Amino acid sequence: MSDQVTLKIDGISVSVKRGTTVLDAAKTINIRIPTLCHHEDLCVAGNCRVCVVEQTGTDRLIPACAMPAADGMEIHSNSLKVRNARKQIVELLVSEHRAECTTCYKNGNCELQALSHEYIIGENGYINLIPLKEYTIDYYSPSIIKDDSKCIRCQRCVRTCDELQGVGALTVSHKGSEMKISTFMDKPIYQVVCTNCGQCVNRCPTGALVERHYIDEVWAAIYNEKKFVVVQTAPAVRVALAEALGHEPGEIVTGKMVAALRRLGFDAVLDTDFTADLTIIEEGHELLQRLKRALKDKDPDVKLPMTTSCSPGWVKFLEHIFPEFMENLSTAKSPQQMFGALAKTFYASKIGVEPASMVSVSIMPCTAKKYEANRPEMYASGYQDVDYVLTTRELALMIKQAGIDFNSLADDDYDSIMGESSGAGVIFGATGGVMEAALRTVYEVVTGREVPFDGLNITPVRGVEGVREASILINKTLPEWSFLEGVELKTCVAHGLNNARNVMKAVRDGSASYHFIEIMACPGGCLGGGGQPIPTSSDIRKRRSSAIYQEDSQKVIRKSHENPEIVQIYKEFLIEPLGHTSHKLLHTKYTARERY
Amino acid sequence: MIKNLKRLDLIFKNEQDTEAILEKTLARSNEEIVNDLIDSGLKGRGGAGFPTGLKWRLAADDPADEKYIICNADEGEPGTFKDREILSSVPNKVLAGMAVCARIIGSKQGFIYLRNEYKFLVPGLEIVISEFHELMDRLNLEFRVAIFMGSGAYICGEESALFESMEGKRGEPRNKPPYPTNFGYKGKPTVINNVETLAHTYSIFKYGPDKFRDLGIKDSRGSKVFSVSGDTPIPGIYELEFGMTLQKFVDDFGDGDSKAVQVGGASGFCVPRKKFEKTIIGYQGKLTGVSLPTGGSMMIFNSSRSMYNVLRNYLDFFVEESCGQCTPCRVGTQQLLLGIEAVKRGEKPSGYLDKLLELAETMRLTAKCGLGQSVANSFSSIVENFREEMIY
Ligand SMILES: Cc1cc2nc3c(=O)[nH]c(=O)nc-3n(C[C@H](O)[C@H](O)[C@H](O)COP(=O)(O)O)c2cc1C
Ligand code: SF4
Ligand code: SF4
Ligand code: SF4
Ligand code: SF4
Ligand code: FES
Repeated sequence: MSDQVTLKIDGISVSVKRGTTVLDAAKTINIRIPTLCHHEDLCVAGNCRVCVVEQTGTDRLIPACAMPAADGMEIHSNSLKVRNARKQIVELLVSEHRAECTTCYKNGNCELQALSHEYIIGENGYINLIPLKEYTIDYYSPSIIKDDSKCIRCQRCVRTCDELQGVGALTVSHKGSEMKISTFMDKPIYQVVCTNCGQCVNRCPTGALVERHYIDEVWAAIYNEKKFVVVQTAPAVRVALAEALGHEPGEIVTGKMVAALRRLGFDAVLDTDFTADLTIIEEGHELLQRLKRALKDKDPDVKLPMTTSCSPGWVKFLEHIFPEFMENLSTAKSPQQMFGALAKTFYASKIGVEPASMVSVSIMPCTAKKYEANRPEMYASGYQDVDYVLTTRELALMIKQAGIDFNSLADDDYDSIMGESSGAGVIFGATGGVMEAALRTVYEVVTGREVPFDGLNITPVRGVEGVREASILINKTLPEWSFLEGVELKTCVAHGLNNARNVMKAVRDGSASYHFIEIMACPGGCLGGGGQPIPTSSDIRKRRSSAIYQEDSQKVIRKSHENPEIVQIYKEFLIEPLGHTSHKLLHTKYTARERY
Repeated sequence: MIKNLKRLDLIFKNEQDTEAILEKTLARSNEEIVNDLIDSGLKGRGGAGFPTGLKWRLAADDPADEKYIICNADEGEPGTFKDREILSSVPNKVLAGMAVCARIIGSKQGFIYLRNEYKFLVPGLEIVISEFHELMDRLNLEFRVAIFMGSGAYICGEESALFESMEGKRGEPRNKPPYPTNFGYKGKPTVINNVETLAHTYSIFKYGPDKFRDLGIKDSRGSKVFSVSGDTPIPGIYELEFGMTLQKFVDDFGDGDSKAVQVGGASGFCVPRKKFEKTIIGYQGKLTGVSLPTGGSMMIFNSSRSMYNVLRNYLDFFVEESCGQCTPCRVGTQQLLLGIEAVKRGEKPSGYLDKLLELAETMRLTAKCGLGQSVANSFSSIVENFREEMIY
């Protein structure tokens, strides 16, 4: 059997690899067939039926997303029969939908809305089913709002949570007219195993799953004269924000973003990248301390491998699914929460602002960060350390609301202190970035030399594979670290919680042994976070990733421990890594949770 | 050629010769047996009418070494109970069919997917199965059959939803292709046949393909077990030869006042009196004129029945039994039901029925599985033939 098949779509002959769907075959010749349930990150569902096309010789229409292309097929993607059917299918969806676009958060970025526009659905005559049904809106989670009246039952969310995340918080329940997307016992999202990662939000084609937004609260703080509003921006925001403002993926807009934030009225514009560097120092030393206890002191209680703790979706996942590994999680807080704790202590006193009158806002690529900021552990400053978390999408919306012409903004710089960062802080936004940043510092602490990689680029930990392993041989150590002489430091990097689950299972059953594991809840790391601009795809994530590594390579300072502001904060305030103040402000505890 | 109504006793005849028939059959080559099945013209009795011999051959041709044979005994169509009857009176024939299929395709494990409401059959079946396993040992066939209890949802009778439910997942139909003969239970090549289909294979093994072919008409060979219900003095289960006209059927089974027959249950067609003479019971084929596929339900309505109520009941059934995953079926069924109610109440003009007919056609063209695709059968045939009853 030949590897290629040749078919005709709308009269155009096209050859594709066997197994390619009609939908993807059409894409190669720039014919767009509309879809709703299809998402390139997910397995084929074939349930919305808007992608139906006509095949010569077949009476029934066939779903382009689910049908493999075959030799000799003659496909018509836009025949009268197809158009009529498609239009009726969209009409049916709208009849079951609380189609109130003007009051809907997804207005303007909604696939159902776009399709309704294309097919001029208008008053279609079908009976509106919404008043006849009971539906629930779950707005109890600090991260995610689930509105069943906006759901088209495409099951993208279910597949996302199941296939990519291995969480299974969302399921389909009931059948027929009652069929809906549900959770364990139909509990609100915040009471179940959901990690708040927002990957489902990123893939929901409608307004049925959206982030809980805090835009109005943030405006209120900005307008409140008595409040000093500081804002921090996560590493992955700067490489994606532009997409939400009409640019191509992969553009870095750090300077314009800073300028926009200042124009919005934030009193200080600071950088989470700074606390990313700080995380590296704390977490790196924690790793070294654990290695020392294990290898030198032969302490049987020390837990290895150590896993990163900067991804709150991952942390909650572990608390639910692998609570027996809670002590393996680094106690270091995420950069967002380190920032929050320092903002209302160190920074407040530095600039002479009462912490009580400070409002701390963060711009994150992430919905789980909203939840993290609300965790009871996150009041180290005596106040809620981070008051409001906005996603990249929310920031884009604020920029639009303010009438700012983003393109014409001149680049601006972060305020200081807590605005400076190294390249190591920047790459936190990509999968493998924390590992690379940590190795750049840890290796140098132990040996006094730079990591033995060309240009400090530790390429084995970079990439897109779901799980990557790399080891680095430590030799010629400084005397203090002689117990590490000849040790091969074994590391593992995983992104997407399903991959995380596999790694932890391997660790549990002993089939894998590592010293240090980096896990990011979202595919691609934070750059693919649940708060990033929609849509997402592997190509978009790749472009954001290249942008991040480009930003790193252009930085003068590439290593966290060389960030002068890091040096300064240890000198003035923290004194030493893992010291008393660090423990109070920068480290945290975890909570075991139910498995459902 | 039109056949006279003939009652037969092929399927239910209690024959105690399973071992001899199996020995005789298994002595022949796989190719010969499959050719016989194809020559016999046997088509699946589960509703879709796929040629059985061809199905077995497709599964046999797949090189995989793990394969399954499943007897579909989910029988969820309202008013149908023929498979129950077959399984309680002649289960040995069904098992023999499965054994031969297993040898041909190379399967070691078969299942009977039994409708949940048929639990009471289990003790009896288990005895028959354990005897059957002894027989398998005597015949040196490494083949076992287990009973799998159905989930209780109508949609789980659809083959791919059935596999999903057996795999412990939600019973939702899959995309096709791939078809079960290559990608069935656990993703392995699987033959899935209706209870009655398997029982027929036994008759073919025993009497040869010609005897079977002699019955019925072109494209519809052999006999078929029907569940006759509704306005009939003699409801029950009957084995009849294919190829009769509906008129002959009604003459025999009706109460003298039949105005319509629903052939094939909720997913079948409604035939009005004026078309009885021209309608032949059989599978769709070019030469048989207006012919109808049927899983076996024949429901007769006399002139006291409101066809509006009949249709509404069917639609109620679909609104509830749709698995809900695909748009045309999940929403379409609701719109059809609410639509005819609105017309009846005068809230929508009678012309709205035409919009609904178009919708039913779209459902036929675009729904993911046989359930949604076949709603149009009853809907359109009832609305077109009894339009006034829908309005007034
Ligand atoms: C909604 C739906 C329900 C079905 N229910 C049954 C059933 O209860 N029993 C059955 O044998 N086939 C049923 N079928 C047909 C099966 O999918 C399949 O075609 C059949 O089991 C194949 O067997 P056959 O080739 O022997 O007919 C159903 C199909 C659909 C679409
Ligand atoms: S989900 Fe989309 S179509 Fe529905 S109301 Fe919101 S914007 Fe409109
Ligand atoms: S936020 Fe993440 S874990 Fe929660 S339901 Fe969505 S995909 Fe699943
Ligand atoms: S919540 Fe969104 S993604 Fe999930 S089924 Fe509904 S519309 Fe699809
Ligand atoms: S046609 Fe109906 S039963 Fe079949 S897959 Fe679609 S919704 Fe489910
Ligand atoms: S996109 Fe193909 S069926 Fe939904």
